[in-house]
Amino acid sequence: MRRNPVAVVGAAETTELGVIPNVSQIQLHADAALNAIADAGLKLSDIDGFATAVETPQQIAHYLGITPTWVDGTSVGGCSFMLHVRHAAAAIEAGLCKTVLITHAESGKSNIGRTPRMIGPDSLNGQFELPYGVSTPASTFPIPVLRYMKTHGITHEQIAMVAVVQREWAAKNPRATMKTPITVEDVLNSRMIAYPFRILQCCLVTDGGGALILTSADRARDFPKRPVYILGTGESVETPMVSQMQTFDSSRAFRVAGPLAFREAGISHKDVDHLMIYDAFAHLPLYGLGDLGFMPHEETGQFIADGNTRPGGKLPLNTNGGGLSYMHSGMYGMYALQESVRQMRGIAPAQVPGAKISVCHGVGGMFAASGTIIFTNER
Amino acid sequence: MAEPARARPKPTPETQHFWDGTRANELRLQRCDGCAHVYFPPRPFCPACASRKVSVFKATGKATLYSYVIHHRPVPGFTPPYAIAVVELDEGPRMMSNIVDCPQTPEALELDMKLEVAFEKLDDNITLPLFRPAKG
Repeated sequence: MRRNPVAVVGAAETTELGVIPNVSQIQLHADAALNAIADAGLKLSDIDGFATAVETPQQIAHYLGITPTWVDGTSVGGCSFMLHVRHAAAAIEAGLCKTVLITHAESGKSNIGRTPRMIGPDSLNGQFELPYGVSTPASTFPIPVLRYMKTHGITHEQIAMVAVVQREWAAKNPRATMKTPITVEDVLNSRMIAYPFRILQCCLVTDGGGALILTSADRARDFPKRPVYILGTGESVETPMVSQMQTFDSSRAFRVAGPLAFREAGISHKDVDHLMIYDAFAHLPLYGLGDLGFMPHEETGQFIADGNTRPGGKLPLNTNGGGLSYMHSGMYGMYALQESVRQMRGIAPAQVPGAKISVCHGVGGMFAASGTIIFTNER
Repeated sequence: MAEPARARPKPTPETQHFWDGTRANELRLQRCDGCAHVYFPPRPFCPACASRKVSVFKATGKATLYSYVIHHRPVPGFTPPYAIAVVELDEGPRMMSNIVDCPQTPEALELDMKLEVAFEKLDDNITLPLFRPAKG
């Protein structure tokens, strides 16, 4: 196993999660950042590296009053924060900065001070996808799933189980938005959004944010909280047009990012105690299990239907309840990272006993981008 | 007041030949003169080998249904439920489209069903390539 040089020493979400109509998006960034600073026992003036997505780094850095010597504005969708962690680890190792703050926030539900996202009519998406009636992510992200199901023999009931199992995890989490247990029948009878997906297979729409602080592992021991080390990282992008993916029965961005992280970490799949796979929609955990190499795609649906990822199962997956039941402000990757850090610190509401290695896999856009971070609590 | 219309593409210099083609009821693709790779969306170089020597040609318009969703929420220019599909052209590339002359149901929309291009004129400049079940 790799001896890793960088650690997370501060991690926090916004004070509130869910519906926050009295706070703007930029202030949600600040709320998360101040909570993470307090968690790490630092001052804002200690931060010399800064990364964020959607908003420019200068906007949030100036709002916070910090003067970075290293910035990263990588903005590839909801997994941007995985890429920030990867880039920050490299920057710290290279000596470009010492203490990096990464923030995310989105007023996804209340829409207060939210940065507009526009698709121009002369962009490639505007010319070759928008005219066919695509609108929200629900109208595009599930487009590959029927092909995935046909190729790999996956059933509607198996994909419905993704939502059922994640609700079981959410029921253990006081901060989860949706905690009432659901059944496969509930999922398959819920309101149709974009066949084959119904509302219980689509992510929540909420407000919130989160922030992480990274520094060198040598300094990490002096911080108040248990350090969480970065063991392996990977990233890639494919296409902003879901129609132009190389294939629909797998994600190329996943297949590149995931194995990169495993190779860097020097671990095998059986070493993984805890797993997060960004679940904007219910098919993503299946793609993730297959493309990260946990099992052939043909087995992913039955693996989840058999209860292997539920509380007490052999591969605890999306233990905060995920984007389907915990929260989803629009760019969920930060919340997946926060849950991995909680699990590695041993303080998660649904703690996996004795977990030592956590894999956190994110998606950006509609399979457009991917980032994978592997954490450990052992140096 | 006019009905809300679907989003209208605006061509760029690199895509103009495609939209000129659909206006003439032709589906035009590009093929690399060097490596013979056929690709979409349009660009003046081959994404497989980087050659700038590429040619525009008229595709057969034949395709199969690769995957789709049936969208149940309102979008300007559409009456839900309507399918947003990705079709695989006989020449290889895939493109997003809508399936017309066909019930918008899972029973009628069978993966791998044969399709053929159908042109829908939006205005004097833009004609969209849609697809319908192949005849015969």
